[in-house]
Amino acid sequence: MTILLFLAPASLALGALGLAAFLWTMRSGQYDDPKGDAARILYDHLEDLTPSDKPD
Amino acid sequence: MSPALAVQRDLEAFVRRDATGRGRLELLVTGARCAACISKIEKAVRALPGVDGARLNLTTGKLAVELEATAADPDRVVQAVEGLGYRACLFDPTEAAAAQDREGHDLAVALGVAGFGAGNVMMFSVPAWAGLFGQELNGSTLTVMYWLAALVATPCALFAGRLFFRSAWASLRRGKANMDVPISIGVILTLIVSFSETILGGRHAYFDAAVTLLFLLLIGRYLDHRLRANARSAARDLLALQAPVAMRLDGDVETGVPVAEVRVGDRVVIAPGDRVPVDGRIEAGLSELDNALITGETALAPVGVGSILHAGALNLTGRLIMTVTARSEDSTLAGIARLMEAGAQSRSAYVRLADKAAALYVPIVHTAAAVTFLASWALGLGPREALLRAAAVLIVTCPCALGLAVPAVQIAASSRLFRKGVLVKSGAALERLAEVDHVVFDKTGVLTQGRPRLVDAPQRLIAMAAPLARASRHPLARALAAEAGLGLVAQDCVETPGQGVEGLIDGRRARFGCASFVGVSDRGAGETELWFGFDGEVKIRFTFEDQPRADAASTIAALRRLGLGVEILSGDLAGPVARIARAVGLDDAWQAGLTPFDKAAVIDRLKAEGRKVLMVGDGLNDAAALARAHASMAPGAAVDAAQSAADLVFTGEELGVVTQSIIVARTARRRALENFGFSAVYNLVAAPAAMFGLINPFIAALAMSGSSIIVLLNAVRPGVRWRRK
Repeated sequence: MTILLFLAPASLALGALGLAAFLWTMRSGQYDDPKGDAARILYDHLEDLTPSDKPD
Repeated sequence: MSPALAVQRDLEAFVRRDATGRGRLELLVTGARCAACISKIEKAVRALPGVDGARLNLTTGKLAVELEATAADPDRVVQAVEGLGYRACLFDPTEAAAAQDREGHDLAVALGVAGFGAGNVMMFSVPAWAGLFGQELNGSTLTVMYWLAALVATPCALFAGRLFFRSAWASLRRGKANMDVPISIGVILTLIVSFSETILGGRHAYFDAAVTLLFLLLIGRYLDHRLRANARSAARDLLALQAPVAMRLDGDVETGVPVAEVRVGDRVVIAPGDRVPVDGRIEAGLSELDNALITGETALAPVGVGSILHAGALNLTGRLIMTVTARSEDSTLAGIARLMEAGAQSRSAYVRLADKAAALYVPIVHTAAAVTFLASWALGLGPREALLRAAAVLIVTCPCALGLAVPAVQIAASSRLFRKGVLVKSGAALERLAEVDHVVFDKTGVLTQGRPRLVDAPQRLIAMAAPLARASRHPLARALAAEAGLGLVAQDCVETPGQGVEGLIDGRRARFGCASFVGVSDRGAGETELWFGFDGEVKIRFTFEDQPRADAASTIAALRRLGLGVEILSGDLAGPVARIARAVGLDDAWQAGLTPFDKAAVIDRLKAEGRKVLMVGDGLNDAAALARAHASMAPGAAVDAAQSAADLVFTGEELGVVTQSIIVARTARRRALENFGFSAVYNLVAAPAAMFGLINPFIAALAMSGSSIIVLLNAVRPGVRWRRK
């Protein structure tokens, strides 16, 4: 049963990793524009059009 | 191009600047659908001088533009987007800030945490349940499992439960008990009992149940919130499309300002084709107004210096300058606003299905739990065993099925309506719509298209007047030109605002316009008409009429088949109303010439007769009636007062959505009642079992989650069938 001492924290850590990832996606606004993201992936140049750099 | 467009417009009021002077601008872009649209729009806007970056959100249609500290012109941005063939309008910065959704974010985070807790606590509660089937863990391992479950579940439950605790506390302080009170008591009592059981080495720890309960409830809350948030933002977008900018005249410069910032005494320019933003008096200019949205009248009203303008009227032909006489909030509409308020109050007294259920459910469950505790104690069980049974009653009868039953059904129904172009403002609106047994239509803009069309003219005469009509921007002339199709345009055309157009056709001078302009003395009796004639020859009269929507007659027939009463209430003259009524098959059920107060009075009378009325209207004269009716719908082209008074807003050209909305609302109501019925049956079985101590932690968790999932599946069932159709 000592294996539990290793497995329980390990699986909890994995779960916590998932939760942290979810909170990160929320905070970085990845659910703000699902339709737009689906469209942007089709064009290479759209990706690097971040608001800070201009097209030539 | 009219002179108004040549004037430089200053729209700086729409830019939000930070401390360094860098600005941010938001536009609502309609028409963008695909990746190519994003690419085109973003490229064009970024190429403008002074623009730092642009990003189009395809989901919400918002284009966020970042401006450099140097003065960049927002008007150029609008023109660049419109030049690509999309419709763009500026978003008021205060509205943009209000659009941020704090509550939705909190709910999503709570949902995520509860989901994590509900999933991971199973690692420790499943081994504990296994003991119930003979695969015994030894005592100390079981206690370790419980402690680990407590470690995961307690912080998650307390964090995710905050929203419920806060709402329950607020409600208790007002001396009332809402649905959140039994939820909060259930969760807290469950945690306390579970801790005491764990410490005392008992077997009845329900850590998993507490956090799973919250997870399922939060799904319901989140769906309900999404429904309301979507409808709110869609309604805000519609309003932004209508009159986003008032062009204030400061000296000779036109400055675009949000309508809310216009003050009494300001001078405002109204270009042809724009709506009057606030009430005012004309200082300069001649034009014709389309008052259909305000009074329901279809005849155009000529206006000149000194005429009073009401917010919402459409300026058709000439450029007008007016002095503002009232702010938008306190204009001549105060009487209508008071009626609307009274209507809204009577409507807020409406009790929603879920609240009706909660009112029954809360006292019964609390009494049952208290009786269980007292009776078990009196019958000789220890206080600890008695408290356990009471907690089990609270857990298995947890209202998650109730909390999910209605929101899940309503989100399915409203997303189906959304795809048809109908915005549902709230779940309560859908419930009220399902109860409707009488439908009242406004005429202009609802049963009709709200646009004049030429009637009964020989093709030969149309062709004769068409060259002049093509040269004019007047809506009646355009209607004639549309009838005639493509062709020659008259030469040397001069258009006099509010009067007509004059020009050369085959070298002969001709005039096309109102009676006096063409040189005819008799005027038609309230009919919409234009005259045409060559110099010194016989004049020809063209009459125009607002045509019923293509599916108006079939919609009314369909409503009657559903067993609903239908009638027309219009502010227009008796003649046009009777004609439309005949065209749509309502010969016997119409009233004309009604004031806004008359309309509200008719609705009140119908209510007094015990009818549940659906009002469909678009004008300011309908707003009071919309607010007082049991349920109400407005088209997307309606004035903002009508849209904010209406429960549902439909954006398409088809009137058939009225019937479809009623059918969808009725289906949703039936589905919700089925869910309640199922919950009642479930509780009738589960509650006595818990009272007699037949429930162990495994069965409690299974029964509670199982009932919620069945309710959820029943709610999405109609959604699946609809999508296939």
